[in-house]
Amino acid sequence: MHRPVDAVMLARRAASFTRRSIKADSKRAGLRLAVSMLDLTTLEGADSPELARALCRKAIQPIPQPIDPPVPSVAAVCVYPRLVPVVREALLGTDVKTASVATSFPSGQVPIDTRLAETEAALAAGADEIDMVISRGAFLAGRFDEVAAEVRAVKDVCGDAHLKVILETGELGTPDNIRRCADLVIEAATQGADVPDGAVFVKTSTGKVSPAATMPSVLLLLEAVRDHFRATGVRIGVKPAGGIRKSKAALHLLVMVRETVGPDWLCPQLFRIGASSLLDDLARQLLWTSRGHYAAMHDVAVT
Amino acid sequence: MSRLEVVKTGKLWIGGDWPRSESGATFVVENGKGETVARCALASRKDAREAVEAARAGLPAWRDATATLRGQVLYRAAEMLESRADEFTASLCDGGEGLAAARREVERSVDRLVMLAGWCDKIHQIIGCQNAVAGPYHNFTIPQACGVVVTFCPASPALLGMITLVGAAMATGNAVVAVVPRAAAMTGVLLGEVLAVSDVPKGAVNCLTGDIEPLLEPLGGHREVAVMVSSGLGKAARTTLRLAASDGIRRVHTIPWTGTDWEDDGETCSPWFLEQFVEFKTLWHPSGV
Repeated sequence: MHRPVDAVMLARRAASFTRRSIKADSKRAGLRLAVSMLDLTTLEGADSPELARALCRKAIQPIPQPIDPPVPSVAAVCVYPRLVPVVREALLGTDVKTASVATSFPSGQVPIDTRLAETEAALAAGADEIDMVISRGAFLAGRFDEVAAEVRAVKDVCGDAHLKVILETGELGTPDNIRRCADLVIEAATQGADVPDGAVFVKTSTGKVSPAATMPSVLLLLEAVRDHFRATGVRIGVKPAGGIRKSKAALHLLVMVRETVGPDWLCPQLFRIGASSLLDDLARQLLWTSRGHYAAMHDVAVT
Repeated sequence: MSRLEVVKTGKLWIGGDWPRSESGATFVVENGKGETVARCALASRKDAREAVEAARAGLPAWRDATATLRGQVLYRAAEMLESRADEFTASLCDGGEGLAAARREVERSVDRLVMLAGWCDKIHQIIGCQNAVAGPYHNFTIPQACGVVVTFCPASPALLGMITLVGAAMATGNAVVAVVPRAAAMTGVLLGEVLAVSDVPKGAVNCLTGDIEPLLEPLGGHREVAVMVSSGLGKAARTTLRLAASDGIRRVHTIPWTGTDWEDDGETCSPWFLEQFVEFKTLWHPSGV
C-alpha cells in the first residue's frame, strides 16, 4: 500500500526537531550516544591500509585525551571490501563492527551476479555488516519488482550478517518516492524469514550524492520504520549518512528518533550515523563540555 | 519635509557574513554630545567561538595565497580606505577626536596599510636567512604564518591601532579575529566593510565589537588561536588572558604603545614587530643536486 506524503508538513515537522534546547547533562549524554552510534566511514579511491588502521584506532578510542566519564567506541568502521581484512584485524578483540559497502557501491550499475559476488567476497573477508545500494534506475523506471528481488537476493547472501540498504534519497526525487522506496525495501528484506531486531537497516545515502541525509528524508525513513513496527512488531534500523558534520546536526537526529519511533531506537543496534568528520566535531564538543575550552582540530583529528 | 533619520546598525563580521550577535545584545554608540550615532552588536562568547572557527576555515585561502597577491589585497584595502576617508574621519570625530587629528589619523592609517602591503613579499628576505652549515647542504630558515591571530584593539587611536595590529597579522599571512572595544566599535565596523570589498578571502579577517573582558577567556582558551596581541588591557585582563592561553604553546603579546607611539612608522612597521606574527621553519636541502 502506498502512503502519500504531505511534503510541506514533512518539511515543517522535520525542521521542528532542530528547535529543541539541549544543554548540560542532556547534551553530554547525547554527544556520547552519538559517538556510540557512529559508522566511521572512509570510501575513497585513495584509501590505504594505513589510513584504515588509523581510522580503526580512532574508532576504538575516539578522543586521545582522557575525559570523565570515558567516551565510548564507535559502532562500526565502514570501508570498501578490499580493506575489510585490514579493518577486521585492527578491530580484533573490540566491540566495534566491521562494515563493508558492496553491490557495486555507489551507483549499483552492474549486473546482479557481479553485485552478489562482491557481497559474498566482502562477507568471506570478514565483514559483520553489509551496506548495499539499490538500483535507483530500476526504481525510478517503475520496476519495483526488480528492486525488491535484488534486496531479497542480497539479504539471502548476507545470512546472519546485518544488511543496510542504501536508498540514495537524493536521487529519488520526491518525498513520495522516498517513502514508497523505504516501504518496498523493508517489505522485501523482511519477507519470508524471521528478521531479528536491527538485522535490517534502511540508510539514506551513499555520501556521494547531494543532497544526502536531510532531516526530511531521515524522517521519512523513521516513519516507514515506525509504521512497519506497528504492523509487524519487527524493529528495522535507520542510518542517515552523508553531510552530517556537526554535533548539533547529530543531536537533531537523536531528537527526531526519540520523537518519531521512540526511545527503543536510541541505541547503536537500531540507529547509526554514517560519517567521517562528524567524530572530530563530537570530540571537540565533548572536550569543551568536560574542560571548558575549545579544542583545536589538530587536538582531535587523526586522519 | 521632515525625515526620519536612518541610523546604521553596526554588525559583527564573521566568516564573510554580517550577523547580529547570537545573544541578540546590542549597545548604543554615542558621540561627544550624547546623541545616538549607531547601535552596535555586542559580541558574546559564542560569537567569539564562531569567529575563531571562521578564521580557521578562512586561514588556508589567505595563508596560501602568494605573498604578492596578499600585498595587492592590502594595497586595495588602502585604496578603499582612502576613498572612504570622510566617513572614517566622521567616525573618529564621533569618538571624541578633533577634526584635524581625525584627518591626520585616517591619512596615517592609509599610509600604514600601504607600508604593510609592501612588507608582504619582503618580510621573508629580511627575517629569514640561509644558514651556514658544516656539510653539503643548503639550510634555510623561513618565516611562516602562525595561524589564527586574535587582536585586542585599542580604544585609541581607534583606526590606526586596529590597522596596525590587523594589518601586521595579515601581512604575515595569518587569519585574524579583531576584537574592538565599545569606544572604537563603529570604526571597527567600517574597517571591516573596507576589507570586505578588498578581495580578502571569507573568514580571513573577522571583527567582534563590544566588551573585551567577557571574551578574554573564550578566545584565550580556544586552542585554535595561535597568537593573541593586546593593546590597552588592564593588568587583571592581561593575567586572565595569559592564564586562559596557558594550555598549550601559544603566544600572548602585549603592545606597550600609547598615544603618539602609534604614529612611529619605524616601530610599528618594523620587521621585528611583524616577527611576532610568524613561526620559523628550518629546511635542509642537499646542495649540488
